[in-house]
Amino acid sequence: MATPVLDKVEAESAASPYITVTFRIRRFNPEVSDEAQWQDFRIDIDPKERVLDGLHKIKWELDGSLTFRRSCAHGICGSDAMRINGRNRLACKTLIKDINPSKPITVEPIKGLTVQKDLIVDMEPFFQAYRDVMPFLVTSGNEPTRERLQSAEDRERFDDTTKCILCAACTSSCPVFWNDGQYFGPAAIVNAHRFIFDSRDEAAEQRLEILNDKDGVWRCRTTFNCTDACPRGIEVTKAIQEVKRALITRRF
Amino acid sequence: MSTNNTVAEETTAIGPVEGESLYDADFPAPLIEAPRKRTAKTPKSTRGNFEMAAWLFMRLSGVVLVVLVIGHLIIQLVLDGGVSKIGFAFVAGRWASPFWQVWDLLMLWLAMLHGGNGLRTVINDYAERATTRLWLKGLLYTATVFTILLGSLVIFTFDPNIR
Repeated sequence: MATPVLDKVEAESAASPYITVTFRIRRFNPEVSDEAQWQDFRIDIDPKERVLDGLHKIKWELDGSLTFRRSCAHGICGSDAMRINGRNRLACKTLIKDINPSKPITVEPIKGLTVQKDLIVDMEPFFQAYRDVMPFLVTSGNEPTRERLQSAEDRERFDDTTKCILCAACTSSCPVFWNDGQYFGPAAIVNAHRFIFDSRDEAAEQRLEILNDKDGVWRCRTTFNCTDACPRGIEVTKAIQEVKRALITRRF
Repeated sequence: MSTNNTVAEETTAIGPVEGESLYDADFPAPLIEAPRKRTAKTPKSTRGNFEMAAWLFMRLSGVVLVVLVIGHLIIQLVLDGGVSKIGFAFVAGRWASPFWQVWDLLMLWLAMLHGGNGLRTVINDYAERATTRLWLKGLLYTATVFTILLGSLVIFTFDPNIR
């Protein structure tokens, strides 16, 4: 808008894009209290901004003790998965306008993992499950002097599961994982799938055996929470079903 | 953007981030749930195929049960006058044929095992304490075995001239 400078202030105050949004944040500080509680913050924010911007604004301008993880802030690193309005999402990929800012926006830590402070959870059980499925290329024989070639079709087979950013949105949306935390969880299975169906990899059998465990793929109840939660749009439940099918068809 | 003056006094408050272990000064919290880690204490993996067999059984028995149960319901409730015809004589007449004996026996075993296994997974998913789990499963297995044995006994030893 080409508004003359003098009128600019008035014009902006009249047509301000800012709206007042209430952030209802689940606060937990073990040094103060062993109970988590909700705290409301009212901030003025452009609805086209993201929830992460709101959290930044609160942390930088209202309450510096608010604690949350974020690294790249652009949906790649997977640090800022949190439960926003009851659904697991990345704070950096959720626009305020998309989640009904007329009501308070609830922000909680992801479920099923121990909360350490405010929105930060202990990710260790999650990464332990990830490590358990051997998420690395396993080959035998001499290393080729050049790259390991693969046809486009072979690459396409596991393309969907290469997109995982390990944000834990899927695993912490899984009701089976909430129960006792022993289930491998969707994220670990997705990353196993990525190598099981990789034509260059040779440890598919070992990974399948790991996921054939009591707490492996058979605990999946196909509730599709993981597919709904995935910020990368991976068809997580489908990947789990493909691992199940591979487990059955290799035997019979 | 210069906050140099505050940095100087804050450096004392900020502990060393690298070099020393971050977990040294772990949260002196009055109460934090233990992380759900896989430790040496957690039971060793079974690595058997039981869970797979159970999962497969649910699918296969489900398909068979659809046929068996719908057939059963049609015979019992729809054909030939519906419920009103069911009596001792009707059951005795059906169980005179080995086909219906096998049908009912199969339905009994599959339905009980299917339902029992379903409840087993529900208990596994929802019972959080090990003792609760043990008792619920004990109750479930007892009831399942009892019903299967009683039903099989009746089908095998059925005497139409019982009076």
